[in-house]
Amino acid sequence: MTAFIIRRLLWMIPLLLGVSVICFGMLKRAPGDQVTVLLAQSRASGEVLTTQDREDLQRLYGLDRPVYVQYYDWLKLTAQGNLGYSTRMRQPVTEVIGSRLWNTLKLTGVALVLTLTIALPLGVLSAVRQYSKLDYSLTLFNFIGISIPQFWLGLMLVYLFAVHLGWFPTTGMRNPQTEPGMWNALSDQLRHMVLPVVSITIVGIAGYMRFQRASMLEVIRQDYIRTARAKGLSENKVIFKHAWRNALMPIITLLGYVFVILVEGSVVIENIFSWPGLGQLAVTSLQQRDYPVMMGIVLLSATLILLGTLLSDIIYAIVDPRVRYD
Amino acid sequence: MSANAPPIRLGDAAVVREEIVRGQWSLFWRRFRRHRLAVVSSVFLAFIFIVAALAPVIAPYDPNKTDLQLARFGQPASPSLAHPMGSDQVGRDLLSRVIYGARVSLVVGFLATGVAITVGTVLGSIAGYFGRGVDMLIMRVADVLLAFPPLLFLMAALISVRPTIVSIALVIAVIGWMNVARLVRGEFLVLREREYTEAARAIGASPPSIIFRELLPNAMGPVIVAASLGIPATILTESTLSFLGFGLQPPTASWGNMLQNAFSLMRDYNAWWMGLFPGLMIALTVLSFNFLGDGLRDALDPRSRAE
Repeated sequence: MTAFIIRRLLWMIPLLLGVSVICFGMLKRAPGDQVTVLLAQSRASGEVLTTQDREDLQRLYGLDRPVYVQYYDWLKLTAQGNLGYSTRMRQPVTEVIGSRLWNTLKLTGVALVLTLTIALPLGVLSAVRQYSKLDYSLTLFNFIGISIPQFWLGLMLVYLFAVHLGWFPTTGMRNPQTEPGMWNALSDQLRHMVLPVVSITIVGIAGYMRFQRASMLEVIRQDYIRTARAKGLSENKVIFKHAWRNALMPIITLLGYVFVILVEGSVVIENIFSWPGLGQLAVTSLQQRDYPVMMGIVLLSATLILLGTLLSDIIYAIVDPRVRYD
Repeated sequence: MSANAPPIRLGDAAVVREEIVRGQWSLFWRRFRRHRLAVVSSVFLAFIFIVAALAPVIAPYDPNKTDLQLARFGQPASPSLAHPMGSDQVGRDLLSRVIYGARVSLVVGFLATGVAITVGTVLGSIAGYFGRGVDMLIMRVADVLLAFPPLLFLMAALISVRPTIVSIALVIAVIGWMNVARLVRGEFLVLREREYTEAARAIGASPPSIIFRELLPNAMGPVIVAASLGIPATILTESTLSFLGFGLQPPTASWGNMLQNAFSLMRDYNAWWMGLFPGLMIALTVLSFNFLGDGLRDALDPRSRAE
C-alpha cells in the first residue's frame, strides 16, 4: 500500500508538468500580455508612453525571450515554491491565491456538506421505494437539476430574492457598514452566503442523488440483503445498517470528481455573486492577462483533483478489503 | 421480430436479414414510445431544430438591428405583442435573438460531441487493440487532460484562439474525448480475447478489419449512451463559457451571452424578461436532450432499466 501511494504521488509530477506546459502554451499564445494591460492602464491615467517603454517593460518581465525559456524560468521558480508575482496586484501569487482559497473553501465546503446531507438520504429513499410516486418526483427533480444551467439558477435567485424581494444582499461577501462585533459580522456573512450556497446545492443534489439511487438499487438486490431480511432483522436495520453502508462505497470514487465540480461551481457562482474567491480570480486574471496567477490557480486545482482521486482510491482500499493495490 | 411475422423460407438470407433489421427497429420504436417524456422531448427538439434551421425566415426582426425608439434611454422594452420576449437595452428584438441563439447551441452541441466521440473512439480502439507503447502514450495524454479542470482549460483555450462556433466546439472536444477513449479501450481489452476475434485473426483478417467489423460494433453500446449525455452537457458548457464572456462575442447572439448582457440590466431596470427567456430555452433544450437520451437507453438496452 505504501509503495502504491508513493508511486502514485511520484506519478503526479509528470502529470502536473503536462498540465502546466499546456496551460503555459495556451496563455502565451493569447494576444496581449501583462505589459499591454499595464500600458493601457498608464495611458488611461494620462501618461505618455513610447515604444521604448514597452520594450523596457517587456525585458523587465522577461517577455522578450523565447517561450520555452520563459517556461523554464517559471518551472525553476515553481520548483522552489515561488509562483512569481501577480502583475495586477503586485503581490506574490502564493499570497493572492492563499487569501482567495479560504473564501472559496468556505462557500463550497458549506455547499458540499449541505448537498451530501440532503442528496444521499434522498437517493436511498428513492431506491428503497423504486417506482413509487416519490421516486418519480425525485427522478423528475433530478432531470431538472442536471438540466438547469447553474449560472441561470444563480441569476434568477438573485433577481427574485435579492433585487425583487430584498431578503438577501445581491453580491459580495460582507457589508462594510455592518455594526462591529463578532455576531454581527457572522450573521452578515451568512446572509451573503445563502444565495450562492443554495445555487450550488440545488444543482449538486441532482447528480449525487442519482448516483446514490443507482448504487443502492444494486446493493438491495444482493444475496446478503435477502439473508439479513430472512433472519428477521427490522427493515430499518437492513436498509441503514447493511445496505446503505455498502451503497456508500461508490460515492467515495466521486472524491476526485468533487474537486472538479467545486472548481467549476466556484468559477460560475463567484462571478455572479462577486464572491472574492479563486473562481472569480481565475476569470479576472485571464481578462487582465495576469498569467502568473492563472498558472498558480491551474496548478493548485490540478493538484487537488489528483490528490482527491488518490485519496478516494486509498479510502476505497481501506473500506473494501477485496480491493488490493500492488 | 414481431410475433406474427410471416414464415421465412430457409436459405433466403437477404429476407431474413431485412426481417431482423425491421424487427429490431419496430422493437426499438415500441420500447421508445413507452417513455412518454422522451417522445414529448423529441417533438420539442424537432421544433427547435426547424426553428434554428429556418431562423432567417421565422425570426420577426433582424437579430442585430437596434431600435432606439423602442429602448428609450437604454431602457429595455418589456414584452409586448410586437416583441413577445421584449427587447434589450439597444432595442434588439429578443425573440429573434433567441431564435438565432438556438443555432449556436445546437451546432456547438452536435459538433463538439461528434468530434469528441469520434476522436475518443478511434484513440480508444487503437490503445485497446494494439496495447503496449501506443496504449501508454494515448492513456498518459488522457491522464494529463483529465487532471486539468475542464472549465479552466476552456477559458484559457478560448483566449488563445478566437472564439467562433467551430473553435468553441473543437476546444470542448479536445477536453472531452478522454472518457469515451477509456470506455472503448476497456471494452476492447475484453473483446479482443473473445473467440470470434481470435477466429478473425486466424483467418488472416487485418487489424483495421478486426477493429471495425468485429470489435467496434460490439463496443458501441456505451459509446451511444455517452454521446446522448454529451450533447446536453456540451450545450450547458457552451452557454456557461458565453455567460462568462469567453464564448461567442456580441453582437452575435448566443443564449449564454444574452444572459451575460441581462445580468446587470435585470438589476438596474428590473428587466426580468432578458434573463427569463434565454435561460428557459437552455433549460428546456438540455432537459429534452436528457429525456431523449434516457428514452434511447431504455429502448436500446432494456437491462439498464433495472438501474
